[in-house]
Amino acid sequence: METRATRISLWAWMLLVVLFLYAPIAIIVVYAFNESNIQSWPIEGFTTKWFASTWHNQEVRDALLLSLKAALAATAIAVVLGTAGAFAVSRFKFFGRETISFVFILPLALPGIITGMALNSYFVTVGSPFTFGLRTIIVGHATFCVVVIYNNVIARIRRTSPSLLEASQDLGADGWQTFRFVTFPVISTALVSGALLAFALSFDEVIVTTFTAGAQNTLPLWIFGKIRLGQQLPQVNVVVAVIIALTIIPVYLAQRLSRESGILRRE
Amino acid sequence: MTSGVESAGRPSWAARRRLSAVFWRRGWLRGLLLLLLPLAFFALIYLAALVVLLISAFWSVDPLTTELVRTWNLDNFKTVFTEPTYRTIAVRTIGIAAAVTVTDAIVALPFAYFMARLASPRMRALLFVLVLLPLWASYLARVYAWRLILAKEGALNWTLDRLGLPTLDIAYSNWAMWIVFSYIWLPFMILPVYAAIERIPDSFLEASTDLGAKGWRTTRSVVLPLAFPGLVAGSIFTFALTLGDYITPTLVGGASSQFIGNVVYANVGIANNVPFAAAYATVPLLVMALYLVVAKRLGAFEAL
Amino acid sequence: MKKARYVMWAALAAFVGVLALTAAGCGGSSGGSSDGGGDTGALPTKIGPGEGALDLIAWEGYTEDQWVKPFEQQTGCQVNAKYAGSSDEMVTLMRQGGGGQYDMVSASGDASLRLIAGGDVQPVNVDLIPGYQDFFEPLKSPPHNTIDGKHYGVSLQWGPNTLLYDTEKVTPAPTSWSAIYDPKYKGEITVPNNPIQIADAALYLSTTQPDLGITDPYELNQDQFDAAVNLLKQQKPLIKKYWGLASDEIDLFKNGDVVLGASWPYQTNTLQADNVPVKDTIPSEGATGWADTWMLSAKAKHPNCAYEWMDWITRPVPQAQQAIFFGETPANTKACAEMDKIDKGSCAKYHGDADQAYFDSIKFWKTPLADCGNGQTDCKDYTAWQQAWTEITG
Repeated sequence: METRATRISLWAWMLLVVLFLYAPIAIIVVYAFNESNIQSWPIEGFTTKWFASTWHNQEVRDALLLSLKAALAATAIAVVLGTAGAFAVSRFKFFGRETISFVFILPLALPGIITGMALNSYFVTVGSPFTFGLRTIIVGHATFCVVVIYNNVIARIRRTSPSLLEASQDLGADGWQTFRFVTFPVISTALVSGALLAFALSFDEVIVTTFTAGAQNTLPLWIFGKIRLGQQLPQVNVVVAVIIALTIIPVYLAQRLSRESGILRRE
Repeated sequence: MTSGVESAGRPSWAARRRLSAVFWRRGWLRGLLLLLLPLAFFALIYLAALVVLLISAFWSVDPLTTELVRTWNLDNFKTVFTEPTYRTIAVRTIGIAAAVTVTDAIVALPFAYFMARLASPRMRALLFVLVLLPLWASYLARVYAWRLILAKEGALNWTLDRLGLPTLDIAYSNWAMWIVFSYIWLPFMILPVYAAIERIPDSFLEASTDLGAKGWRTTRSVVLPLAFPGLVAGSIFTFALTLGDYITPTLVGGASSQFIGNVVYANVGIANNVPFAAAYATVPLLVMALYLVVAKRLGAFEAL
Repeated sequence: MKKARYVMWAALAAFVGVLALTAAGCGGSSGGSSDGGGDTGALPTKIGPGEGALDLIAWEGYTEDQWVKPFEQQTGCQVNAKYAGSSDEMVTLMRQGGGGQYDMVSASGDASLRLIAGGDVQPVNVDLIPGYQDFFEPLKSPPHNTIDGKHYGVSLQWGPNTLLYDTEKVTPAPTSWSAIYDPKYKGEITVPNNPIQIADAALYLSTTQPDLGITDPYELNQDQFDAAVNLLKQQKPLIKKYWGLASDEIDLFKNGDVVLGASWPYQTNTLQADNVPVKDTIPSEGATGWADTWMLSAKAKHPNCAYEWMDWITRPVPQAQQAIFFGETPANTKACAEMDKIDKGSCAKYHGDADQAYFDSIKFWKTPLADCGNGQTDCKDYTAWQQAWTEITG
C-alpha cells in the first residue's frame, strides 16, 4: 500500500529514532568502564574495577533492595485497586463517573512535585500510621501505579464485547467463575504489560520519592547522591548497565504475552 | 466446576451462587464495592493531601523558624501572579513543554506508523522492547549522559568537528533542555500513538486507496485523524511531565533555565516555604486542568 | 433524577470541604518543635551503647569512606549520609517530617542559628569529646554555635569560598573577583546557586565602591542590598550556569564549558586529581567562607552513635584526612602534624596552622537578619535575599 520511497524513508526514520533512543544508553554502558572518576569525552581509559567496587558497596545493595520492595508492593496494590476501579467505571453507570475518570488520571497528569509536596505535608500532619520510610514510599508510588494499571485495564475492557460475560452466565457460571474463567484471561495480558510499566515507573521514580522517603535511599535517590558528589560516578553506570541487561528478558516476555485479543485487525 | 455439587462443600457453593445472584440483580452494589476500594485510597490520601496543600497556599511562614503561620492572606498569589520573574518562568516552562510535545509528536508518528503497519510481528515485538527498555535505564543516568553529549568538548561537538561542521554551544541552555526532554518522554508518546494506529482496520486504508487517494492523501485524511486521539493522549504525558520537572533543568539547564518546578522545589526542599510553593504550584495545576479538559474533548481518554 | 444529582454533588463537595477544613484545623505543627532551644534537660554524662545506625546531612565530600569506614568498623554505627548543597537545604531537611529524620547535620554558620532558633537542635556535652580541648581557640565557643555557654554542636572545619580558574585558558592568573564580573569571559563563568552569593557581591563592592559603606557583607541596608543585586543582575549574561551540585562545577570545568568560577576547594581537589589544569585562589578583596558545626538533632534517634561520630570526626587523623580531601582547615590544631604526615606541605596549604588574623579575614556565612547589630534594624533579612535571588536567576 505504501510506496517504495515511503517504505524506505520510514525504515530510515525508525533506525534514526532507535539510534536517538540508545545513544545515551550506549554512553552509560561504555562509561561503566571509565578509568577516570569524572565523565569526559572521549573516554580516558578502560577498566573493570568499578564492577567489583559496586558489588561490594553496601549502600547500593540497600538502595536496590528498598527500590525492589517498594516497586513490588506499589505494583501489587495498583493491580488490585486499578483493576477494581477500571471495572467499576467501565461497567456501571453512576453519577460522577466522568469525575472519577478524571480523578484517576490526576497522579500522572499533575507534576510529581505537587504530589510529593502534598503527600509529605499530609504524612507529617497525620503522623502515626504514616511514618516516613518504606510505607510512605509505597503509598506515594501506588498513586501513579494505580493510574497506569487502570488505564491499561480499562482500555482492554472497552475493547472486549460485554456479551462474553452474559454468555458465561447463560451457561451457568456464577460471578466468581465468570471472573476466573472469562474476565481474567481477557484482561490478563493488559494487566501484565500495565504491571510491568507500573513497576518500571516506581523503580525509577525520583521526585515523589524525594519527598516521601525520609532518610532512606531508594536506588534513584542513591544515584542522585552519587551524581551530586561527582566521585565514583562509574558505579552508577555499572548499576544502570546491569539493570538494563537484567530487564531485557522480562520486558521481552511480557511483550510476547500481550499480543492483542479482542478485535483483530486483519480479519 | 461441578466438583462442589456432590461433596460436603455444597452449602458454600450454594451460598456463593446466592451471593453472586444478589450482585447480579443489584448491579450497582457490585459497582459500588469495586469502586470503594480505589476511591477510598484516593479520597482519603491523595485528594485529601492535595486539598490541604492548596489550602496552605493561603497561609505563610515565619522567616526565622519557618513555622506555619495560619493567617489567611492572598500575598503568595499576589506575588506569583504579578511579579514579572515568576511570569517569565511560567511562560518559559509552558513554552518548552509545548515545544517538547510537538517535537515528540512529530518524531513518534512515523515511528509508530512503521511499528503498526510495516513491521513484521517479530520486528514489532523487538521494537516494543527497544522502546520500553530505556524506561528501565535510570532517568537520572540518561539525563546525565546527555550532559556529556552536549558539552562543549562533548560527544556531539566531537562528531560535528569530525564531519567538518561548526560546533554548537548548546550545553546548559534551553536548547539542551528541549532536546533532553524530548528524548526522555519519547517512549510515552510512541506507545499511545502506536495503539491508536494499530487499531485502524486495514479495510479503511484499502477503501481509501480504492477511492483514488494517493499515499499522502490517505495519511492526511484517514491515518492522522484516527491517530490524533493517540497523539493527544501521549501529549498529556509529555506536556505534564515537562511542566512539573525540576531535575532536568537542574542537570542540563543554564543560567536562564529555571522552571516552575525549580522555584517550587527551592521553596519546599530548600527554603521550607510550603505556602509559597503551593501558591506557585497552582499554575501548573490550572494549566493541566485546562489541558485535560481539552484533551478529553479530543477523545484522548479513550486512547490512553 | 436531576435534583438527585445536584444533591449528590453538593454532598460530595461538602464531604471534601469538611475533610479539608478538618485537616487544616487540627493538623499538628508542621515545622519542628516550637519550644526554642530544644533543651531536653540534663546533658548526657557519658556515651551510651551505639544504636547501630547514624543518619547524617552533610556537605558533599564530608562523608568519604576514608574516614567513615573505620568509624563504622570501630563503633558499629552504619552511616547513612544525605547530601545537601546549601544551608537552606540543610535547614529544610532537618525540619522535614516534623524533624527527627536525621541525627546530625554539618551546618554552616548561616544555618546553625536558624536551627537553634527553630528548636531543631539540642545542646551537646563537649566534655565527652576529647578533641574539643585541642580546638583552635576561636572555634571552641563561636557565636554561631554557642549561645549562653550552651554548645549546640562541635566545630568541625572551616574554609574560604575560592576563585577557581582554568590555568590554560585564563591568563594572566586572576587576582581579583573582578574576573567573574568581567565580560571578557562571557558565557564561561559559574557561581553557586545560593542566595548567600549576594554577600560575595557585597564583599566585592565593599572595596570597589567604598562610598556604599559596606562593612559586613551580611548586614546590608536597602541601598547596599540593591547595589549588590544590581551587580549580580549585570553578571547574569556572563554566567553559563549557576551550579547547585558540586559535580555541576566539576563537569563544567572538565568539559570545557566554563573557565572561571566561584568554588569550594573540594572542586579544585577533584579536578586536579583528574589532571584538569585548574588552580584556585583567594582574591585581593578577600573571601566569604564557612565554618561548619556538627549539630545534634533535638529529636535524634541515634544520639549515642552521634556522640561517637562527634568524638571520631574531631580526632587529629580524621580531621587531617577530611581537610586534605576537601581542601579546608581543621578545627583541631593537632591535625596539622597529621596533615603533613599524609601529604607534606598540606598543613600550610590549607592553613592548618592559621592564626587569628587569617581567621578574621574570612567573612564566614551567617544568616542575614533585619537587626544590623549596630543599633539599626533596617537590614534586609534572609527572606528578602531569597526572593531577590529568585529574581536574579529566574
